[in-house]
Amino acid sequence: MKLIFEKSQPGRRGGELPKPDVPAAEVPEELRRKAPPRLPELAEPEILRHFTELSTRNFGIDTGFYPLGSCTMKYNPRVNERLVMLPGFRDLHPHQDEDGSQGALELMWRLQEALIEISGLHACSLQPAAGSQGELTGLMLMRAYFADRGEGERRDTIVTADTAHGTNPASVTMAGYKLAKVQTDARGNVDVAHLRELVDERTAGLMLTNPSTLGLFDEHIEEVAAIFHDVGALLYYDGANLNAVCGISRPGDMGFDIVHINLHKTFSQPHGGGGPGGGPIVVRDKLEQFLPVPAVAKEGDRFRLDFDRPKSIGKVRGYTGPFGVFVRSYAYIRSYGPRLREMSETAVLNANYLLARLKDAYDLPFDRLCMHEFVLSARTLKREHGVSATDVAKRLMDYGFHPPTIYFPLIVAEALMIEPTETEAKETLDAFADAMLAIAREAIDAPEAIKEAPHGRPVQRLDEVRAAKRAIVKYGFEDHPDADAEPAAEPRQLEAQKGA
Amino acid sequence: MSYLSLTERDREEMLAAIGVASVEELFRDVPRGVRFDRELALEPPLGEQELSRHLEDLAARNIDTSRELSFLGAGIYDHYVPAIVDAVLQRGEFLTAYTPYQPELSQGVLQAIFEYQTAICELTGMDVSNASGYDGTTVAADACFVAKHATGRAKVVVTEATNPQVRQVVKTYAPGFGLEVVEVPHRGGATSADDVREAAADAACVIFQHPNFFGCLEPAPDLAAAAGGAGAIPVAHVDLLSLGVLEAPGAYGCGMAIGEGQSAGNYQSFAGPHYGFLAARNEFIRRMPGRIVGETVDAVGERGYVLTLQTREQHIRREKATSNITTNQTLLALAGLVHLSWLGPAGLREVGEACMALAEHAKRRLVDAGFEPAFPEQTTFKEFAVRVGRGASDAVRDARAKGVHPGYALGRDYPGLDDVLLVAVTERRSTTDIDRLADALAHA
Repeated sequence: MKLIFEKSQPGRRGGELPKPDVPAAEVPEELRRKAPPRLPELAEPEILRHFTELSTRNFGIDTGFYPLGSCTMKYNPRVNERLVMLPGFRDLHPHQDEDGSQGALELMWRLQEALIEISGLHACSLQPAAGSQGELTGLMLMRAYFADRGEGERRDTIVTADTAHGTNPASVTMAGYKLAKVQTDARGNVDVAHLRELVDERTAGLMLTNPSTLGLFDEHIEEVAAIFHDVGALLYYDGANLNAVCGISRPGDMGFDIVHINLHKTFSQPHGGGGPGGGPIVVRDKLEQFLPVPAVAKEGDRFRLDFDRPKSIGKVRGYTGPFGVFVRSYAYIRSYGPRLREMSETAVLNANYLLARLKDAYDLPFDRLCMHEFVLSARTLKREHGVSATDVAKRLMDYGFHPPTIYFPLIVAEALMIEPTETEAKETLDAFADAMLAIAREAIDAPEAIKEAPHGRPVQRLDEVRAAKRAIVKYGFEDHPDADAEPAAEPRQLEAQKGA
Repeated sequence: MSYLSLTERDREEMLAAIGVASVEELFRDVPRGVRFDRELALEPPLGEQELSRHLEDLAARNIDTSRELSFLGAGIYDHYVPAIVDAVLQRGEFLTAYTPYQPELSQGVLQAIFEYQTAICELTGMDVSNASGYDGTTVAADACFVAKHATGRAKVVVTEATNPQVRQVVKTYAPGFGLEVVEVPHRGGATSADDVREAAADAACVIFQHPNFFGCLEPAPDLAAAAGGAGAIPVAHVDLLSLGVLEAPGAYGCGMAIGEGQSAGNYQSFAGPHYGFLAARNEFIRRMPGRIVGETVDAVGERGYVLTLQTREQHIRREKATSNITTNQTLLALAGLVHLSWLGPAGLREVGEACMALAEHAKRRLVDAGFEPAFPEQTTFKEFAVRVGRGASDAVRDARAKGVHPGYALGRDYPGLDDVLLVAVTERRSTTDIDRLADALAHA
């Protein structure tokens, strides 16, 4: 398919603008643009067809089942898309005065209150734009908290698990902390004995996902929390897997002091092919004074922005955060109310059902009941039949499914991380399980069909190594290099995490 | 209202297949001491109609720009968003997809990002763009991180005439990066190249906004040369819709170009979600934060697109990654691409010319009404600062009583400019609107 730039015809145009009846203003010569940017020149019908055709080469939840582990790909209600386009939300300026934005501030305050209740903590900031920014904000709060107590110099280390999302260690570095990694024990819990060796008075805190990226609830979470609290350190909850435990177990009750919540996972903000998201953080009362400014506060019947927080870490994003995301997630929470527990229970039921149907055909590294997701391994298929997790993933496309997350968590070889979510029907789960079982049989009987998968997609397997080596990252117009200039080789793919 | 699909019979069959008697039994690994033993104290569930009414009530308590003539800007602008943007964003295949980890199922969004990267590079004159950052503030922090590692220097310079939101975010991120932040004051609404030269001596980068927060054009090539001459990377914070009339930062020596993308394709939406863009020269490509899409071929030589240079990223490099970013703002960046495609090069120039001409007209109209420009020496783009002869917040209050929001009171961020109002004029404002502004301010 051609790029939009390759469809461009000089002199053709899309939109027209009103011509203001005022004199032109002059740009000083030295600041004026010399060569016009080569934006595409197309009429509006062609532009719409271009993007419509692109959309047909994409797969979303609306297209089909999307069990991408750790990403919580649940149905995105269309009513929320309608509500976010109400002019009172869509066309509201962030610097509108408080009396002209009472509805928006009230919505944010109500969302904060709901997230506080769901997480079992005391104060919320909606400002972080995504989960990883929530993590970084949480670490900044730890830094501010310890600096305020005169322990800033001493507390220099954060502990993360070997099952952690890559964002955890990356956030630790960006926040200027040292990293210590704790191992996972034979049952898939944090290895408590190893943890005791790592934690001392230099420890600032722990970052943990619970249930973990293995889809397992940590059976020693109370002991883990006590180990940190006993040395005065803090616990950070990576909320990526909150969809498993809403109304069932709250991070604050588990002992966590700071939580981020992925609004684009648990609370159904559509992920838009990579974003937007939302990563509000909720904290224990002793950390409230360090939260980003402004805070949304309620005084009587009025809502206001509070900038008066002398010990605040500052701002991590512009203005008050991604408001449209708040509208959708607030609407989602109001749809369920206390039935959020049923949402999580159903997510866990769906996952355990799939696990029960699949565990004999694939390796199961930790044989326990799972929470909202589980991790299988294709290592036997790989060893005995040469069929890898990538091959299984690509073959699933032929059956009409989006693949699970693969090669993550890193501690499981040939990992297949499956998260069905609560919004799927039993027939869908059965069809997916049937496909996974068929692929396991094909691996024995007809492995070639799997290794050549996918079939009938716009492209076959792509050469990722060549992409990284040549780094063609924009269209070059008349100088555009021919990506196929070198002799065709076997496509090479990076065996790295695909998902989460 | 819920979005659950299972029937009672489904549940029973599924529990039997799992081999447990109840849903509760599925949670047996959750220690008793951390189980939540009451119902969540949330308001009762709402059906779709009640939910709609509730949110319509909340929306009605906001005064948006369809209910009040608005000259608010200060970083977020009321530009026209063409209907085709909404049409493309409502395609469920784009809206409800995750990050394109599986390229065979994601060629649509991957190609769209590749096209977005191309458009950003064309506008800014840079070699590489990422697939987006969170907004126009966080990309500034990202640029500091890139610059620190590229130069080994531990100080960054930001001009005082850069959006205060951007400066606050940079200052919040800086301690974790091990960076000191120095601000260069403005002189009469613009920045002096001599001041930049002095401050840049041991700096990793110099970030300057152009047009700056006051709407004034900076001597951008001189600022870039002053920064570059001192060994600091010049970073321009620019407005995409200005780049049909203003020179591309790459053409005057900047190492990076960043900014808030909202003005291209996004509604104001009480500040988001929007997108930030970050583009750079080739020498920084392997230090870039965030997703980047690259072109390659498949097994039969067919052209295709993949996420590339992933060894920079957190899911591969973990604590050695160039950033922790994973979720970005792809859908909003797609909106930007659609809007820019709809404008084309001629439309982009025209929208810039229209904003500039209307803002100039508004400035003259206010001068005729007896107000003084705050920075009379400077050329402005779509926004200008004007002295209102009293507290600007009071002027805002009184004008709003007449149905006109006249702009942003600068005293909040710039002590000493308490009587100065920042007025934004986009292509959506007419000369009649501008007359109403002048009247509302003059007779307040």
